[in-house]
Amino acid sequence: MENVVLLAVDGSDGSDRALDHAIARAKQGGAKVMVAYVIEWSPYSFNTPEENATRHKRRETEIERATTEIVTPALKRIEGEGLACDGVVRHGHPAETLIEIAKECGAAQILIGRRGHSGLKSLLFGSVAGNLIQTAPVPVVVVP
Amino acid sequence: MTRILFFLFAALLIAGPAQAGIDETINNFTAPIASFIGSVVFFKIPVAGANLPLVVLWLVVGAVFFTFYMGFINLRGFKHAIALVRGDYADPNSAGEVSHFQALATAVSGTVGIGNIGGVAVAVTVGGAGATFWLIVAGFLGMSTKFVECTLGVKYRNENPDGSVSGGPMYYLTKGFEERGMVGFGKFMGTFYAIGIFIGALGIGNMFQSNQAYVQLNTVAGGALDGYGWLVGLILAGVVFAVIIGGIKSIARVTEKVVPFMAVFYCVFAIIVILMNFSSIPAAIGNIFSGAFTGEGVTGGALGALIIGFQRAVFSNEAGIGSASIAHAAVRTDEPVTEGYVSLLEPFIDTIVICTITALVIGTSQVADPNFAGEATGVAMTSAAFERQIGWFPVPLAFGALLFAFSTMISWSYYGLKGWTYLFGEDQALQTVYKLIFCAFVALGCVVQLGPILDISDALVFLICVPNILGLYFLAPVVKREMQAYRAKLESGEIRRFKH
Repeated sequence: MENVVLLAVDGSDGSDRALDHAIARAKQGGAKVMVAYVIEWSPYSFNTPEENATRHKRRETEIERATTEIVTPALKRIEGEGLACDGVVRHGHPAETLIEIAKECGAAQILIGRRGHSGLKSLLFGSVAGNLIQTAPVPVVVVP
Repeated sequence: MTRILFFLFAALLIAGPAQAGIDETINNFTAPIASFIGSVVFFKIPVAGANLPLVVLWLVVGAVFFTFYMGFINLRGFKHAIALVRGDYADPNSAGEVSHFQALATAVSGTVGIGNIGGVAVAVTVGGAGATFWLIVAGFLGMSTKFVECTLGVKYRNENPDGSVSGGPMYYLTKGFEERGMVGFGKFMGTFYAIGIFIGALGIGNMFQSNQAYVQLNTVAGGALDGYGWLVGLILAGVVFAVIIGGIKSIARVTEKVVPFMAVFYCVFAIIVILMNFSSIPAAIGNIFSGAFTGEGVTGGALGALIIGFQRAVFSNEAGIGSASIAHAAVRTDEPVTEGYVSLLEPFIDTIVICTITALVIGTSQVADPNFAGEATGVAMTSAAFERQIGWFPVPLAFGALLFAFSTMISWSYYGLKGWTYLFGEDQALQTVYKLIFCAFVALGCVVQLGPILDISDALVFLICVPNILGLYFLAPVVKREMQAYRAKLESGEIRRFKH
């Protein structure tokens, strides 16, 4: 296994704290940080024909926005600390896609911030961190 | 702009009641137009005692030809179609693009409409139980026609400067003939099709839908809406207006999510009703087969039943009309033929599954009680068949019919729009003009009686299959080459599964 940690970001406060932790962890072990942002998307949703016709353009816009607003700032901070890093933005089911990315880059660990949702909210909307803990093939660190 | 239009619309809503008897006036006006258009499009030739409309023959011959020419792709491609829809071959790097599933779902929500509930009842009333058999055969053959037209829809689509795509028969007719050096002819065919789909969008995809939704609502309300067709029409038109002009996506999104559940709900309850009519099932199935070949009690006998069955099947699954290829063209794929495979499933779901189930609901009810529906036809007849066993079902059925009608109208508003933009360019103001016309016809659909409406929309839809199928004959070799090249890539492993 390579010395890579996968950091899942979403632009929230929790994800900023996870970024801090990732930097500290990478400094200690000299690891490379892979920053990933997953745009929630399902190939099985129902759309109107007009949405389908403009989908290609919208996908590009979504990726561009996630890259410039969330992933690039995170990468800049990591680079500022003199650490190796890389970024990826992808569409899909959040937990499943993060696991795929972790496998692709051979990550030894996945870092994710906690949203801090109450029981009911996470019951209704699910929790990416919770899902990851149950299904990830590598250790998951949930940063409070 | 939107606000002004909204006020205009509100004014129309208030002015409505002032014109009592408006329904009748419009009916008197449209009936002669309907019979004229009908007599031109459905020019009939007498064959062995039955009147065979040339245009139905045109569709049947086309579907049979494509089935043989593509080597029974409707059977052989079925398994691969399901693998594609499940996403087995989807490249993870293209996640976020329109998936095969989404393109299929959008196209299906355009075809699964009132025709599946009401159209089948019309077929059984006019063509007898035997029409059901031919309806299924037509659905099966139609799968091949869809395969050809949807492959072409993706292959010859236009990519607009803003990144959106426009595809469909008008584009493959124009570009396909251009490739063969017939530039002028291609343009003529494309234009003819674009005009046809525009007018057809106002008929089959619009007036027929809103009309049948109103009929079912009125039935459930116990006739309380008699004479209020204009009001229901205006409300429906208002909601369509809100979605296609007001851009209120939430309404469309809710509908697109609810419709598939309604379809499943409908099928489940239909099967329950069929099972409740258990003792009538053998006789009902017997009637379908005997009626198909003897045509007992049907004008024109077996051939009469065949004609009606094919006519209704096309009306429902749109194979040969080319409309669905407009929706399928949005998919992102390097291999146009993959969308052809996926589109095979459309007539299967629409005609072979849903229409057959409806036909059995009606058929088994007829065996148990030949007069179960009284004078009712169309959706009202199907509703009566459900009501015999499940007293409360007409209410959710009315709701479902309304939603089916609505989602079909949204899809068809887009098909018509693409015809319109092909003719007049992608100018936004002109697109709004089209959308206003579309909304006006939604309201109109609730006012005219079923007879003239069915005649007009039938005629218009059959009219556009003339240039479409002619184009398909010319371009079929292109599709065949694409299909063979794709198969070779599958076998050599160049195209591989991503999921196992």
